[in-house]
Amino acid sequence: MIKKTVLYSLVSLLVLASMLLSSCGAPATTEVPATVAPATVAPSTEVPTEPPATTVPNCGTDPVVMKVTFETGWDMPTQLTEEFTKQFPNVTWDISMEQFANLITTTPLLLASDNPPDLIRLPTMVSFAQDGLLLNLDNYATAFGWNEWPVPQLNQNRLDANWIRGSGTLYAMGLNYSMTGVFYNKTLAAQIGMTEPPQTVAEFEALLAAAKAAGLQPIMEWGSAKSGMGLAFPLQNLMAAYGLVGPINDWIFQKPGATIDTPTNLIAAQHLEMWIQNGYFPPDINAIEYTDAASRFGNGEGVFTFNGDWQNGGYDAAMPGNVGFFLFPPAEAGGGYAAMSAPLTYGIAANAKHADCAAFFFNWAATNETARQINVDGMGSNPGGPADASVPTVAAGSVTIDTLSAGPKLSGAMDFIANATSSIFAQGWTPELQKMVAGEQDAAGLLKAVQAEYEREISQ
Amino acid sequence: MVILMMTSDKRPAAFMTSRRTYLSKRVRRETFVGWLFTLPALFMYAFFVLVPFLLTIVYSFFRWNGVGPMTWVGVKNYVYVFQVPNLIGTIFNAFWLVVWFSFIPVGLGLIVASVIHRVATGRFGAVARTVLFLPQVIALVAAGIIWGWLLALPGLINQALRTVGLGALTRAWLGDFNWALSAVGMVGVWVLLGFCIVLLQTGMTKIDPALYESARLDGASWFQEFLAITIPLLRHEIGVCLTVTVIAALAAFDIIWVTTAGGPGNSTSVPGIQIYILAFTQRAIGPASALAVMLMILVVIVILPIQWLTRESAQ
Repeated sequence: MIKKTVLYSLVSLLVLASMLLSSCGAPATTEVPATVAPATVAPSTEVPTEPPATTVPNCGTDPVVMKVTFETGWDMPTQLTEEFTKQFPNVTWDISMEQFANLITTTPLLLASDNPPDLIRLPTMVSFAQDGLLLNLDNYATAFGWNEWPVPQLNQNRLDANWIRGSGTLYAMGLNYSMTGVFYNKTLAAQIGMTEPPQTVAEFEALLAAAKAAGLQPIMEWGSAKSGMGLAFPLQNLMAAYGLVGPINDWIFQKPGATIDTPTNLIAAQHLEMWIQNGYFPPDINAIEYTDAASRFGNGEGVFTFNGDWQNGGYDAAMPGNVGFFLFPPAEAGGGYAAMSAPLTYGIAANAKHADCAAFFFNWAATNETARQINVDGMGSNPGGPADASVPTVAAGSVTIDTLSAGPKLSGAMDFIANATSSIFAQGWTPELQKMVAGEQDAAGLLKAVQAEYEREISQ
Repeated sequence: MVILMMTSDKRPAAFMTSRRTYLSKRVRRETFVGWLFTLPALFMYAFFVLVPFLLTIVYSFFRWNGVGPMTWVGVKNYVYVFQVPNLIGTIFNAFWLVVWFSFIPVGLGLIVASVIHRVATGRFGAVARTVLFLPQVIALVAAGIIWGWLLALPGLINQALRTVGLGALTRAWLGDFNWALSAVGMVGVWVLLGFCIVLLQTGMTKIDPALYESARLDGASWFQEFLAITIPLLRHEIGVCLTVTVIAALAAFDIIWVTTAGGPGNSTSVPGIQIYILAFTQRAIGPASALAVMLMILVVIVILPIQWLTRESAQ
């Protein structure tokens, strides 16, 4: 009887254990499609087959159903596909939508499946290219003349022989190019005496102090772990104001020996720490989610907010004609302006059935007048393309006028420090900046902790 | 059978043999049919539980990003997980959640179930049970969003505190380093209390009312009845409640993911969150599997005494 009881206990424990493992271990197991036997996957060194480059690729005249995966929450890409079908009726679209957070987990599985998407929104790209899941776009770039477009556009999607971003083979394209900086509430800014955008960091800090003294919320920003810490935006702006853009990009692109723990970045982090201590951010920032911050700013809470032009539509809708935008100023007057500006990256699966048509779509989206207009109307970002491409019209009073005109002022463009590794945002920047908000981390400790996490992740 | 053996005729023996064969054949056929019935469930269980279980153990010895080639690395992944920042902290957080997810729902559940059982057996009892069980039915993601609003700085809970003059206590509960874990724990109480009440009350209905009657005749108070009759006879149900809720705490993921995602600054992070980030965000399947295996061992170590204690008492 005792033996039987022990047996029951063991059996029930085994059941419990397997339930537990199957729930906890699920990320490691159930997500792996049966078709991707590890042994049969092409080794990472193998170069994906390149498409022939004899004629300019197009969608042909036969009926084509394009399989695409877009990001939930943004209608613009879908609107582009609708316009594309109007112009090329033989092409129809099988669209599936995924949340950005889900894209991070599902993209490799979608790309590796038997029926991969012809076009997919890429949350990151290096590891997918390394695994041979993304199509090499070099021949398309030659065929369509993309290499003649203004240089910075394509570079963030290029990978060199050591899989370092910034130059080399093209593996993805941007549907548009975002612009980040400081949005401001025109009424509140006038209230604190701001007549024109600040020319230096010191001038901006004087405005923050004036807002605080006037009893206004100087900066509205988000910071919950669910959304990821928004203070990474002002921090990176400060880094580029006090230091050079090159080393920041080197760190993001994982160039060997790159570090974020530099003397100029320390000055930047110290300024951010001072802003926190002076109460320039909301006291509950660690619990504020992205959408809450956007709506609170839209409701007049906050003179400034650091964000990107993807939010233009939202701001315009909440405060028509009352939102302005400026690039974060340099440390010294007359210095160059730098900003985070990243492509809205899309890729073509290595085994895509309609790769030519997908590449033709990329080219069309950047060069067709109607497509460019849809792009700007839908997201407010620069659609890129050739230097002499048509300039879309923007409604009077829209903040998009400010964000688009900021482009030519840029002397340095950066990717986001949150994108340096796949989990540096979740494991590094977000928790460490949240600690800084709570007074449990200082500027030097922040940079050291993030650098340690960066090295730990790269070593894995 | 006895009657047959008493006869001197030879036939009964032959009959017996054939009957025995018939019986054993029937038993065998019934066993076979029984297995046929369980086969679909068994297949599903093996495919969705046992295979992932074994694969997780296998993956924990490999370096793998989920798509590319796998490399054998021995126990390196187990070493690596100890380098995950604040790993010990996440385990400590999980144990602190045991108090919220397990002890409070079971303790409170006993009291509430006992009260409902004693004073509200009619429609009111059914309504109370339904209301308290409702959180089990509501989609956790929706609940997470609502709790996020309730616990926010401008949220209802802080408004209520201000109304009763406790404005000094207001804070962004889910964004506060000292309070976030307890706030998440409160959400856990809300989710798990109904489950415990329903299970415990079902157990109470099985207790012979005569025991309570005789106790009352002896002049026992409600509390004495509760201690001397209800709790001892409910040990088995309490054991089940404890087992399920302790696992829910130690292997917690969903409640935390939908409320804080481990923040602020890892103060509500638990091993389940780290496993998710390692596997899904960092695409480090090996360390994620290693941490999952270690978490399983930890849970088994904690659950084992609870299982044995309740088994003994059941006998």
